[in-house]
Amino acid sequence: MPAEISPQTNAYSNSEIRQGINNSAKIAFACALASAIAFFVAYLSQISTISAEIPWTFNTQWVPRLGVELAFRVDGLSLLFGLLISGIGILVVIYSYGYFKAHKSHDRLQWLLLAFMLSMLGLVSSDNIILLFIFWELTTITSFLLVGFDHENSNARRSALQALLVTGGGGLALLVGLIMLAQASGTYLLSEIIAAGPAIAEHEHYPVILTLILLGAFTKSAQFPFHFWLPNAMAAPSPVSAYLHSATMVKAGIYLMMRLQPSLGGTEEWFYALSIAGGITAVWSSMMALKQNDLKLMLAWTTVMALGTITLFLASNLQIAALAAVTFLVVHAFYKCALFLVIGNVDKSTGTRDFNKLGSLVRFMPITTVGAVLAALSMAGIPPFLGFIGKELKYEGALALAEQPWLIVATAVAANAMMVAIALTFIFRVFLGGQSTITREPKEVSVLMWIGPVLLATAGLLSGIFPDLIAQSFIQPAVSSILATSSEVKLSLWHGVNGPLILSVITVAIGTLLFFKLNLVSQAINNLVEKLPVISDNAYEVLLNGTQSLASGLTNRLQTGSLSHYLTIVFSVFVVSVTATLLYQPVAMNFTNLTAVTPLIALVVIFMMGAALVLAFSNTRLLSICALGVVGSGVAVLFLVFGAIDVAITQLMVETLFVVLIATVLIKLPRFPEQKNSAKGRGYRDAFIAIAAGVVMTIITLGVSLTPLDMTVTEFFEANSLVKAYGRNIVNVILVDFRALDTLGEVAVVATAAMAVIALVKVRVHPQGPHS
Amino acid sequence: MNSLIFSTISRLLVGLMLLFSVFLLWRGHNEPGGGFIGGLVAAAGIIVYGLAEGPAMMRKLLRVNPRTLVLIGLLTAMFAGILPLLQDNAFLTGMWMFIGATATDKGLALGTPLIFDIGVYLVVVGGVAGMVIALEEEL
Amino acid sequence: MEILLSLLVGVLMSVSVWMLLSRNLVKFLFGLVLISNVANLIIFKVGGLTMGAPPLIVDGIAAEYANSLPQALVLTAIVIGFGLVSFTLVLALKAYQAIGTLNVDEMTLAEKRQDPDDSSEPS
Repeated sequence: MPAEISPQTNAYSNSEIRQGINNSAKIAFACALASAIAFFVAYLSQISTISAEIPWTFNTQWVPRLGVELAFRVDGLSLLFGLLISGIGILVVIYSYGYFKAHKSHDRLQWLLLAFMLSMLGLVSSDNIILLFIFWELTTITSFLLVGFDHENSNARRSALQALLVTGGGGLALLVGLIMLAQASGTYLLSEIIAAGPAIAEHEHYPVILTLILLGAFTKSAQFPFHFWLPNAMAAPSPVSAYLHSATMVKAGIYLMMRLQPSLGGTEEWFYALSIAGGITAVWSSMMALKQNDLKLMLAWTTVMALGTITLFLASNLQIAALAAVTFLVVHAFYKCALFLVIGNVDKSTGTRDFNKLGSLVRFMPITTVGAVLAALSMAGIPPFLGFIGKELKYEGALALAEQPWLIVATAVAANAMMVAIALTFIFRVFLGGQSTITREPKEVSVLMWIGPVLLATAGLLSGIFPDLIAQSFIQPAVSSILATSSEVKLSLWHGVNGPLILSVITVAIGTLLFFKLNLVSQAINNLVEKLPVISDNAYEVLLNGTQSLASGLTNRLQTGSLSHYLTIVFSVFVVSVTATLLYQPVAMNFTNLTAVTPLIALVVIFMMGAALVLAFSNTRLLSICALGVVGSGVAVLFLVFGAIDVAITQLMVETLFVVLIATVLIKLPRFPEQKNSAKGRGYRDAFIAIAAGVVMTIITLGVSLTPLDMTVTEFFEANSLVKAYGRNIVNVILVDFRALDTLGEVAVVATAAMAVIALVKVRVHPQGPHS
Repeated sequence: MNSLIFSTISRLLVGLMLLFSVFLLWRGHNEPGGGFIGGLVAAAGIIVYGLAEGPAMMRKLLRVNPRTLVLIGLLTAMFAGILPLLQDNAFLTGMWMFIGATATDKGLALGTPLIFDIGVYLVVVGGVAGMVIALEEEL
Repeated sequence: MEILLSLLVGVLMSVSVWMLLSRNLVKFLFGLVLISNVANLIIFKVGGLTMGAPPLIVDGIAAEYANSLPQALVLTAIVIGFGLVSFTLVLALKAYQAIGTLNVDEMTLAEKRQDPDDSSEPS
């Protein structure tokens, strides 16, 4: 994996700031902001009804035959996500306006943010699973464009492509899984699938459905072994990372697992898949986070860790586990988004994100520091922040999990201790203490850029002190949706001295220790990682390069540019595939109703065969043209004998015109060369292919002529030609009336060919070649 | 080919063939013939004339650029298709009128398929003659 | 009759493939003309063969007509085939004028000489 992702400050340097922001960017900003606010207000206005467990629904037909409806349903879980997406969306849009200022593609970024927000809102509100999939893919595409926003940077392009391929590949698996789920439950409506409860677990395809859907969710939410794309996606601008990679897109997979838990969850397969993937993700990413110097990468790895933790808790269907997952989701969205925005400010002001080079930023950026410290304290889980409640719930959930509680508790403690260490790094190494080695003097950012982090961090503090602000209105309905039963939820800061509190104390102690020995720890982790085979990102590389070299190898093999090579392949495939089909499914031949051969036809056929053989062995052009003429005229005679007068006349006319054309052109071309002996081996091979093609064609033609024909269409033409189309010549009536559209197309082909010939004839070519 | 006999006959022949081609086109709906065959016969006539007199004379005989002829032909065929649209029929539906129809005889039937066939005729004449003219001129 | 005509189709097919595989472009062209004929013949033949009785409706006679559908197909196919062969013919002429050979292998080599980057792997 790429160790360092260079800061992007240079691309949006100060010289651009002085220029005004152009109008298209202002319009885009206004649209994005207005939409975000409108959605946020709309969701807020629904809180009272939805927290009473009355979902808001909207249904209309779209593709009724495929069971695709524009079905939207906003229940507690959707509401929680909707508020997070639109609320954080408001702050990110405002932040981006200050961050990108006069950047030449500022308008594009704002439109993309809007498109992404709408896709994300659609995703969490869809009730039809096909619709859900469409929005799912839309978030993949818009996030591809957002991660690759800085498209002149090859690293950004690579990361964007990687995110697209990994999540897009998971999306394909998800599509199949969702369709199988719908088929198994007999409905495409999510609400009905969920209402049916865990009956699907009895279905014979349950393991396949579960695997495919989890593939989609794990790739999207960066679970092991698909976690590698998320840290790489840090090539995105900071506001994009804040929005996509902390609060929204990476939570789409989490949303899907939460949504489907009543239907797919509660089984052993579900439990082990989620707890193993989540556990490995959490532990591995904790270690990776500690070894980073780049603050943004550090945050990215803690995001992966958070996603792993939530996945781990979703493994169980206990209420306390669901509550822990939802609460932590909200906590994480608040502090992580704030911290990403803070990093954006630091990066913008100082030009670096390496915490070894930064220090005591409070002197230069006091307001940003306030946001950073508040958010970091919430991340560390210090009371009275919401983070503390989240952490206590995690421990409570971990202790309550029936199977392997100590393993899960240990995982949770390790992960949280690491977060404490990282939070302390933020606070004491970057903002409140530490030595700065940067040369330029950082400035505080504009209000547009500090309002977001400060508001989010304050939200984390206020909702910690007054947990009832969010407990009944957001958390409880969401938990009820996950469990598909009404649940009572109570959040409070103080539970008394109990297991979780003791674990909290231990966590802070370990975290502080880690912080003081950070260099030692990251050295140790580096040593460990070097010994481990880091396969995921490498496997991606190998797979991608392998596919590319396979494709170019095949192309070089097949696209040789040699006409005879192409034709050899075409006819060989024809012979082999038809022969195989004939052997597998022989044609039934019934020789009882053969028509007698008349002398005229026998004569014509013998002439034609003779002429064909002459053509094959002729080495003069005149003889060849004569032989061709004999064959062509013979075909015309056959048409005539079998009642196709029109066709026979056409054939004769065309034969005549051929001779004129070929004679005109051949004057300009050299004679046939003498046969070379060196080509003999190739000659045998060609002869073999030619004879085999002839034999195969004989068998097919004979087989078809001995099979009774379906004459329905012909009978229709015969019956209606005179009555409906007033014509006695059925062939002509077919051409100009019944199938006139076909004829129009064919006439267009003739016209195109004629135009092409006329144009080509007039092209002047130079003997050395047209290009030189 | 500067043969006096061939030149003289070709002039006679081209007139006859053009006349015959129109006859084939006209009767094509009921007897062997039609736009494709008529067009090929006409093109063959023009080419015979061109072999005797040269490509410049072929252009003179056609009066319009062969490419224009192809275009007119395509537009004519399209026109035959668009007409029925005006009466809320599907594209290219045959529409007929009968001139001098009586109770026993439906008289002279004229319809959009004939227009369509004329379009086919023009495309074939223009296309084939155009190819040969272009080749004769360049080589 | 069916056997005889199928044999004819087979022989014509063999000869046309043989011609198409030839390294000489003019022989290839002859093969192209021939294979269009073979294709038309096959379509016509598998549509069922009836001696006489062209598909022209005569009042009062309920005759058994030859199958009109393949006839319509073949008729347009012949004209289009003519367009195709004409184009290939002119293309061959121009290729000869440009490269100075009618051997398809030498043509391939000449093309590669002109575009040395053409054979390199796409990046």
